[in-house]
Amino acid sequence: MGDLSPGSRDVELTPVTESVVEPVISARELRKTYGDFVAVDGIDFEVRPGESFGLLGPNGAGKSTTMRMIGGTLDRTGGDLAVLGMDPGPQGPTVRAHLGVIPQQDNLDEELRVRENLIMYGRYFGLSRSFLAAKADELLAFAQLEAKAKEKVQSLSGGMKRRLTIARGLVNEPKILLLDEPTTGLDPQARHVLWDRLFRLKEAGTTLVVTTHFMDEAEQLCDRLIVVDHGRIMAEGSPRELIRTYSTREVVELRFGSARNATVVAELDGVGSRIEVLPDRVLVYADDGEACLEEVARRGLAPVTSLVRRSSLEDVFLRLTGRSLID
Amino acid sequence: MTDETGSAREQTVVGHHHDDLDTTTLAYSGQAPSHAVMAQRAHRFGTWYHAEAVLRSMRAFIVPGLLNAVGQPLLYIIAMGLGLGALVGNGVGTVDGVDYLTFVTPALLVSTVVMSVSGEMTYPVMAGFKWMRTYYGPAATGLRPAQIAAGHLLAVVIRFVVQCTIFWVIAVAFGATSLGWSVLMVPIGVLAATAFGAPLQAYAASLEGEGFQFSFVQRFIVMPMFLFSGTFFPLAVMPVYLQWIGWLSPVWHGTQLARLVSYGASGPGWLIAVHVLVLVAATLAGVMWARRVYTRRLTS
Amino acid sequence: MSVREQQRPVLAEPGARSSVISVLERGFSVIRNQNWMILVSGFFEPVFYLLAMGVGMGMLVGEVSGPGGREITYAAFIAPALLATSAMNGAFYDSTWNVFFKLRFAKLYEAMLQTSLSPWNVALGEILMALFRGFLYALGFLGVLAVMGLVTSWWALAMVPVAVLIAFGFAALGMGVTSFLTRFQQMDLLNFVMLPMFLFSATLYPITVYPEAVQWLVMVLPLWHAVELMRQLSVGYLTWATLVHVGYFVAMTAAGLWLTTTRLRALFLR
Repeated sequence: MGDLSPGSRDVELTPVTESVVEPVISARELRKTYGDFVAVDGIDFEVRPGESFGLLGPNGAGKSTTMRMIGGTLDRTGGDLAVLGMDPGPQGPTVRAHLGVIPQQDNLDEELRVRENLIMYGRYFGLSRSFLAAKADELLAFAQLEAKAKEKVQSLSGGMKRRLTIARGLVNEPKILLLDEPTTGLDPQARHVLWDRLFRLKEAGTTLVVTTHFMDEAEQLCDRLIVVDHGRIMAEGSPRELIRTYSTREVVELRFGSARNATVVAELDGVGSRIEVLPDRVLVYADDGEACLEEVARRGLAPVTSLVRRSSLEDVFLRLTGRSLID
Repeated sequence: MTDETGSAREQTVVGHHHDDLDTTTLAYSGQAPSHAVMAQRAHRFGTWYHAEAVLRSMRAFIVPGLLNAVGQPLLYIIAMGLGLGALVGNGVGTVDGVDYLTFVTPALLVSTVVMSVSGEMTYPVMAGFKWMRTYYGPAATGLRPAQIAAGHLLAVVIRFVVQCTIFWVIAVAFGATSLGWSVLMVPIGVLAATAFGAPLQAYAASLEGEGFQFSFVQRFIVMPMFLFSGTFFPLAVMPVYLQWIGWLSPVWHGTQLARLVSYGASGPGWLIAVHVLVLVAATLAGVMWARRVYTRRLTS
Repeated sequence: MSVREQQRPVLAEPGARSSVISVLERGFSVIRNQNWMILVSGFFEPVFYLLAMGVGMGMLVGEVSGPGGREITYAAFIAPALLATSAMNGAFYDSTWNVFFKLRFAKLYEAMLQTSLSPWNVALGEILMALFRGFLYALGFLGVLAVMGLVTSWWALAMVPVAVLIAFGFAALGMGVTSFLTRFQQMDLLNFVMLPMFLFSATLYPITVYPEAVQWLVMVLPLWHAVELMRQLSVGYLTWATLVHVGYFVAMTAAGLWLTTTRLRALFLR
């Protein structure tokens, strides 16, 4: 009997776990076109509750377009999209009540002061002033802007505006946070602070959907991501899976000077498992970078500089598209 | 494995176009004049260079601009000259010894161009310093801030020469003035515009905020200037306590000069001299002030 | 986590309590933050026009035939027209230039629509704010008319709500029109409709100076109806035509709202 009760509890728990796994966002054949231009070309993905999901790709890949369709502030051209079981097209306002949206470009209300920005934004959700008074102070602390509460928005620095925009997106305690290039324009220290805050939100159960063209950001923040290019999904998986599938463990970066990079490739034949020639450097993919470097030295190739590093999502993207993420 | 390496090389050929770049000629082609010559040219013609840049940026608005330049004279001459003129004809009959259309047309030319200058010398100036920062590009070249200020004004002057000429042609076509000396209304209109525009440019340049002051300028300076400067009726018709507005207004001084050349309105010689003097002095003062403000903002 | 989940459904309720009210709250917050002179200054333009044209021009024109053929002073003739024009200009400017600026440059609506506000909430909120400003200015202008002795009938009190009606018509239509515009240059073209409408709609002189065909053309324009309506109210001369004018604006408001509603997604979700 004593053995059986935990078992029976397990049986009861199973369906609960399954219902939790129901995706909070699911897209099928999602498409957006502007005339002849195809911004999003029939993509499929699912975001599970509590996970941190990334869309990685260069500028113009269709990431922001996808984000706006999720929030229902842009009509899709085709396909199915469900957010918390609702269609964001006709049910936009209801869907957005659950969302925190942090757009790529700050769209703060320049005619209101810093604290008013948080309060008014909360009012748009129908939140009471008493709730918002406390909430605004909490968010000002989160954004480290307590001292600026009564300032005009235009007096804030770029980094401060970004922090205020992010804090504002949290005013309705969203279940899902949509972050479009959250750390673009922030200095390295501020990025790490923000990543830390986002990590805490995730620990508290908030689902994060992040678009980024920064590899380190995707690797730091995302449990799972899709690599997007020209509106299509090129690959899907966790950062580690993607690196394992599409790259080697290590990469050797060699610079021979702009005139020699291309011609030296023939002499590198057989070194490492794959070679990419970029205008400014040659990348040699191998599981053992040091061994590779020794081989290069043995052949007397004498690069101007050399560097052995771990593979990153940048390499995954290069492998998938033949292009760098940042042009 | 060889296959993979091969395909990787093929893929990356796409990225190779950078290698066609001849970096030697990029650094020194031997075709460009010496930097001393460049500096000299900028010193001499910088104002014109910037004027050209401003005119090019106005190109996007050439269609509405031309429609405006043609539409405004037509509308005002028909509505004010003919429509309102019909009422005046039933009332006092003639004004200043001529029919109402003849009386009001020179004033319409001057006042429409002065109203236009208030658009050109406010928000675009602020955009140059703040919203688009278009002044900072030329400021990083051999151009001096004074040339940037003068170049903007020059571009606007060129625009108004065209606008005034169109107005004059339409006025002649309506018989509101006759061919001949009346063509001097073109330079008079432009001068009235700079008398207001140059100081306004300097003022706009001195503002650091979002330019909410411009709506005050529009409502408390431009509008009253349009209405109380002897435009639609002689200044003397108004109560004495409102006549000072005319004396301060470039529109009135410009209008009186335009009436002189358009239908030979009579007036004492000293007053004509005052009109010219006020317009020239206001223009010069504006140019000097703008030069100072631009220099301060673009070099600090 | 389950505790947090418990708190969240407050927001999750469909259409919680977010509504057009919050958009109005924002409008009043902005007015509070603004230099109060900005609000007040909008009141002066028609007053300056009235002083200059009514007093100055009046000396040249003398008396004019008003509603019902009664001779009235030139100032009394143009005053109601200036109120109608000011209601038109204010509302139209707010729903075209202002909306366009907030859409394109300030990105204000983008931010509002990230929340649970619907495009309709935003549109209606902006229209109502425009009407509020129009109401204040109309009230102020009527006060000026009373002081200048240009009000001769109790019906003139109706000029305030009628100014709001006129503003409603132009604001609704203006917002619909804005949904078709994408560039600043196109916004400039609006002036080519508004300026002639002001100059030719019996504002500064009766349309009897035109040939009959032109008169019929003018009678199609909304501002002419607005001016005639105001003029009749200012002297208390009401006829069946009064009803026609009111009907014109009720219809125009309905058409404008219909257009705005059907174009709402094109306006905001682009």
